[in-house]
Amino acid sequence: MAATFQSSLYSARHRRNKIAMGLAFVATGFGLSWLVLILAVLLWEGFSGLSLSVFTEMTPPPGSAGGLLNPIAGSLVMTVIAVLIGTPLGVLAGTYMAEYGRYDRLTTVVRFINDILLSAPSIVVGLFIYEVMVAQMGHFSGWAGAVSLAVIVVPVVVRTTEDMLILVPDTLREAAASIGLPRSNMIIKVAYRAARAGMVTGVLLAIARISGETAPLLFTALNNQFWSLNLNAPVASLPVVIFQFALSPYHDWQKLAWTGALIITLAVLALSIIARTLAAQRKTS
Amino acid sequence: MSVAAITVPTVTHAPSSAEDLLEKISIRNLDFFYGDHRALKAINVPLYQGKVTAFIGPSGCGKSTLLRILNRMYDLYPNQRATGQVRLDNDDILSPSQDLNLLRAKVGMVFQKPTPFPMTIFENIAFGIRLYEKLPKSELEDRVRHALERAALWEEVKNKLNANGLSLSGGQQQRLCIARTVAVRPEVILFDEPCSALDPISTAKIEELIDELKDDYTIAIVTHNMQQAARVSDFTAFMYLGDLVEFGETTKIFTSPNDRRTQDYITGRFG
Repeated sequence: MAATFQSSLYSARHRRNKIAMGLAFVATGFGLSWLVLILAVLLWEGFSGLSLSVFTEMTPPPGSAGGLLNPIAGSLVMTVIAVLIGTPLGVLAGTYMAEYGRYDRLTTVVRFINDILLSAPSIVVGLFIYEVMVAQMGHFSGWAGAVSLAVIVVPVVVRTTEDMLILVPDTLREAAASIGLPRSNMIIKVAYRAARAGMVTGVLLAIARISGETAPLLFTALNNQFWSLNLNAPVASLPVVIFQFALSPYHDWQKLAWTGALIITLAVLALSIIARTLAAQRKTS
Repeated sequence: MSVAAITVPTVTHAPSSAEDLLEKISIRNLDFFYGDHRALKAINVPLYQGKVTAFIGPSGCGKSTLLRILNRMYDLYPNQRATGQVRLDNDDILSPSQDLNLLRAKVGMVFQKPTPFPMTIFENIAFGIRLYEKLPKSELEDRVRHALERAALWEEVKNKLNANGLSLSGGQQQRLCIARTVAVRPEVILFDEPCSALDPISTAKIEELIDELKDDYTIAIVTHNMQQAARVSDFTAFMYLGDLVEFGETTKIFTSPNDRRTQDYITGRFG
């Protein structure tokens, strides 16, 4: 037996294992260090600019003091509308795919297209909404911004709804059918209930996804220097303001851009934590 | 097809007692296909009113498939079809115009794995009742209580009716599922290996329950456990590779089967 451990084959294998493990550690460390660096700079630059006035004052002209109230409000309003449009569409489509049309060819086609949409560059979505809404209406608008964000929400919600409903065991569907429950009742009262945490997680992930989107808003909602929640006119949003201010030569604008980036990051972090907590609950229940 | 044209079942039996047996469900020349695969071959078998009929046989012999035809559960899935004749009283179960929800209200089912709905114990039972009847609260509570009593679960859960059904133990969950089935007031109850996920004590409770339920319901049970079939059933059907090899009174099947294959199976020579 002892000979086995001293054999050259064993020690060669042992060496190879050490090398592979070492490379894996280095690669992980390399990747993580950039992430840590980005977050550290963001925290450093963002926190120093964080103050009450950021949440109470409008975006300033260069050289004067101000805050991010109008882009924060604009982002919130457009995000809420996007979710209100995108969630029902996504949930219904996902329900069709997982429940009614699970074995249909149409479902395979829709799933394929949905996956493409899921990974489509968001600038394409922006251009599309520019063509169908902005160009037709003749001006940029908050509605166009909200709709372009909704187009990004839909595939995320379709995917998670379908995935979560497919995870609901068939035995539960059979049990519901076995007491004579019509399919629609079964879906609403049994399947949705069993998949609820996962489906809510999907919506939260969609919100996290759109809260940082800049490209679709550049072509649709554009930007607005002043307080305006008129959705028929251009509306400010955090990502676009960050984009504009970060590229500017003015130090105070750059400072606000950092702060805005920090606010988005913290909001997405909070959403992710909520989503993960919900997902963990689903596993334990 | 008129009633007169129904062929006499090829598998016959001779009840020893003189009691009248009423065919609650009659299965004639039943074939079943998963796609092109013929899983059941010309099955003829009755389910007698107020009796327990056990279906035994090695895995893959088609006993669960047969059970799932009786409430058209296979309809949930594509590429599965049954041909032949299955009658519940005088109602053609296989008819395309059969109202599946009403059929399933009449033919309840208890599954291998306990499947409580993700809701409270009370709601698990009340849910099914509300589908068919609009009852005042007090009456609904009575019905829920009665169903839980029928399933011998009331004493264990009466103080936690608002707890989640999933918080119960496996055996309790299975009895909750039986209560849920009973609450809808079916005429037939199908048990698909109801004890295979349960410990011996829970199993004994379920078997006791089946024995009590048979006075009011017609019962079919699929089981891998031959002792269980011997304990709970009045009639036994032995199936093998999609054929119904032998059907008869349980005592007869387990003591002096006619067919060699039945003999081999119950003595544990294959299966």
